Amino acid sequence: MKQSLLLIVAHRLAILCYIVLALFPLFWLLKVSVTPNDLLYSEGVRMWPSRATFAHYSFVLRHSAFPTFFKNSLIVSGSTAVLVTGCASLSGYALSRFSFRAKYWIVALMLLTQMFPLVMLVAPIFKILSPLGLTNSLTGLVVVYTAFNVPFATFLMQSFFDGIPKELEEAAMIDGATKFTAFRQIILPLTLPGIAATLGFVFTAAWSELLFALMLINGNNAATFPVGLLTFVSKFSVDFGQMMAAGVLALIPAALFFLLIQRYLVQGLTAGAVKG
Amino acid sequence: MASIEIEKLEKSYGHVSVLHGIDLDIRDGEFVVLVGPSGCGKSTLLRMIAGLEDVSRGEIRIAGNRVNDLHPKDRDIAMVFQSYALYPHMNVAGNMSYSLRLRKATKEKIGAAVAGAAAKLGLEPLLERRPKALSGGQRQRVAMGRAIVRQPKAFLFDEPLSNLDARLREQMRAEIKKMHADLKATSIYVTHDQIEAMTLADRIVAMHGGVVQQVGSPLELYDRPANLFVAGFIGSPGMNFLDVTYRGGALRLKDGSRVADSPPVAVQEGSDLTLGIRPEHLTITTDSGGISAEVELVEPTGFGIIVHLTLHGMPVKVFTLDRQALATGGEIKVSFPVQHIHLFNNEGSRIG
Repeated sequence: MKQSLLLIVAHRLAILCYIVLALFPLFWLLKVSVTPNDLLYSEGVRMWPSRATFAHYSFVLRHSAFPTFFKNSLIVSGSTAVLVTGCASLSGYALSRFSFRAKYWIVALMLLTQMFPLVMLVAPIFKILSPLGLTNSLTGLVVVYTAFNVPFATFLMQSFFDGIPKELEEAAMIDGATKFTAFRQIILPLTLPGIAATLGFVFTAAWSELLFALMLINGNNAATFPVGLLTFVSKFSVDFGQMMAAGVLALIPAALFFLLIQRYLVQGLTAGAVKG
Repeated sequence: MASIEIEKLEKSYGHVSVLHGIDLDIRDGEFVVLVGPSGCGKSTLLRMIAGLEDVSRGEIRIAGNRVNDLHPKDRDIAMVFQSYALYPHMNVAGNMSYSLRLRKATKEKIGAAVAGAAAKLGLEPLLERRPKALSGGQRQRVAMGRAIVRQPKAFLFDEPLSNLDARLREQMRAEIKKMHADLKATSIYVTHDQIEAMTLADRIVAMHGGVVQQVGSPLELYDRPANLFVAGFIGSPGMNFLDVTYRGGALRLKDGSRVADSPPVAVQEGSDLTLGIRPEHLTITTDSGGISAEVELVEPTGFGIIVHLTLHGMPVKVFTLDRQALATGGEIKVSFPVQHIHLFNNEGSRIG
C-alpha cells in the first residue's frame, strides 16, 4: 500500500515535470510578449516582468501587417484542411472498401510522395507553379499543401474506415440504401472522430508550414503568418516583444480548434484499438 | 412472402472455387437451415442470395424473378447478421425504422410498424436507447425487429445466435421459431450448430466443401444420413464409425471379430464398409452376444452419461440414461442393435 502511494506520487511528479518542460516555452512566449521593451534586457532572467504591458499587442494589431497574415493563414489552413479531408475521406473509403486494379501501385505511389525531403522539391514546385501564375498567391499555397497532405490523410482516414465493420454498410444496403447513401448516412457519421482528427492534423500542419510559404510568397499581401513573423526580424535587431505578441495571437485559432475537436480526437486516435 | 429458387449456382474467387453448382428450391413460407462446418460455403450462399456477393455462374430467383444482377436494396429481403450490425449512432427506434425511412414511408406507417415489431419482441421500454446501452440479447432482438418492421419477401439469418451465451441462445431459438410460426415468412438460416438446425428447420441443407450433401427434414437427416459427412455432422455426441468387412451375412472388424448382423443390403462378400451407429443407440449389455470394450472415460451430462470406450483399438462412444454406467470401469460389453446400424460404402455414401 505504502509503495503504491509512492509510485503514484512518482508518477504524478514525472507527469508534472513533463508538463512543465512542454509548457515552459509557451509561458516564455507569453512572458516576453507582455514585457515592455526597456525591461527586456535590463531585468535579467525573471519569471515575470516587474511591469506588464499590452503595448506590443496593440501595436501588432494596429500598426503591423499581422492582421493580413492572420487572415491569409486562416484562409490557407482552413481551405487546405477542408479540401484534404474531403479528398481523403473519399479516397480512404475507396482504399478501405474496394478492391480495384492498380490499388497496390496507387498506395505505393502515395507512400513514395512521403519519402522526399521537402527542400528537394521546392525548386521544381516553384518552376511548375510560376508559369501558372500560382506563385505569390494563396491558391498556389492551398494547392501545394493539399497535394502534400492528401496521402497521409488518406491513410489516416483509411484506418478509421477499416475500424467500421463492413456489416453496417451491408445491413444498410439490405435495408434499402444505395452504396452512397450507406456511406453518407451510416459510415460518415461514425467516422466523425476520424474526420475531426484529420481536420485538426491538416489544419495545424498548414498553419505552421514555413518552407513553401517562404519560397512561394514574397511581399506582405499573400504572406501567411509564419512568414509574417519573420518581418519582425530586421537587419539590425529583432523586435522580440512584438514577435512574441504575434506568436501568442497565432496560437489562439489552433488552440480554439483543438478545444472544439478534442473530444473527438481522443476517440479518434484510439479508434480501432479496442473493439467497441 | 416468396419462394426462392437456386439453380446451378457457382461462386469462385479468382481460381478458387467455393460453391460448386448448388441447386435448391425453397418454398413459400418455408424455414430452411443451411448447416455445415466453417468454410463449407453456407454463408457465401446466403450472401449471394442477399446480393452482397456476385454470382459467378448459375441463377437465383426470388418469387420467380431472376435477381442475379439486382442490388441488395432491390431484392426486398431482410437479413440478421451475426454481429447484429446495428447502427451505433441511431437509437433502437431509429435502427428499426431506417429501412422504412429510406422508402419514404409516412410517419404514421413507420410509427405503427415500429410499435408492432417492438411489442412483438418486448422492446418497447428500450426504443430510445442506443445499441451500446443494450445487452447482447437485446441487441439480437433489435436486429430481428429491424428485419420484421417491413414485410420483406424473405428473411436471411447469418449465424444470428452464435454471439450469445448458451442460455440466451436457447431462448432466442425458441423465439425465432415462434416468430416464424407467427409470420410464416420464407426464411433461410445459416448456422454451424446442428442443434439449431435440427430444432428450427422445416428442411435442413447440409453443406460441405461447397457442395450440398443432403436436403431433408431434420429427422430424415438424423435417421437416414445420405453419407458419412452428414452422419457425422448431425447428432451430438457424434456418430461412431467403425471400419468393417461384410462376410457371411455379418459385419466383422479387421481382426475378424464379429460386430453385428448386417442389415439387409446387397453387397459383395468381403467388401469393406463403414459401420455407423449413434452413441445413443449402442447398448451396454451383460449378454454373451455383446462385444467387450475397455472403458476410457465417463462423462456425466446430468441428463445422461457419455461413456468413452476402446473397442478392439477403436474409439467408441456410448450415450446411456442408465446411471449405473457411472460406476462402470474396466471391461464392459456393448451390443449393436441391427435396426440402428448405418452402412456406408468406401465412397462414403449410404447403402443401408
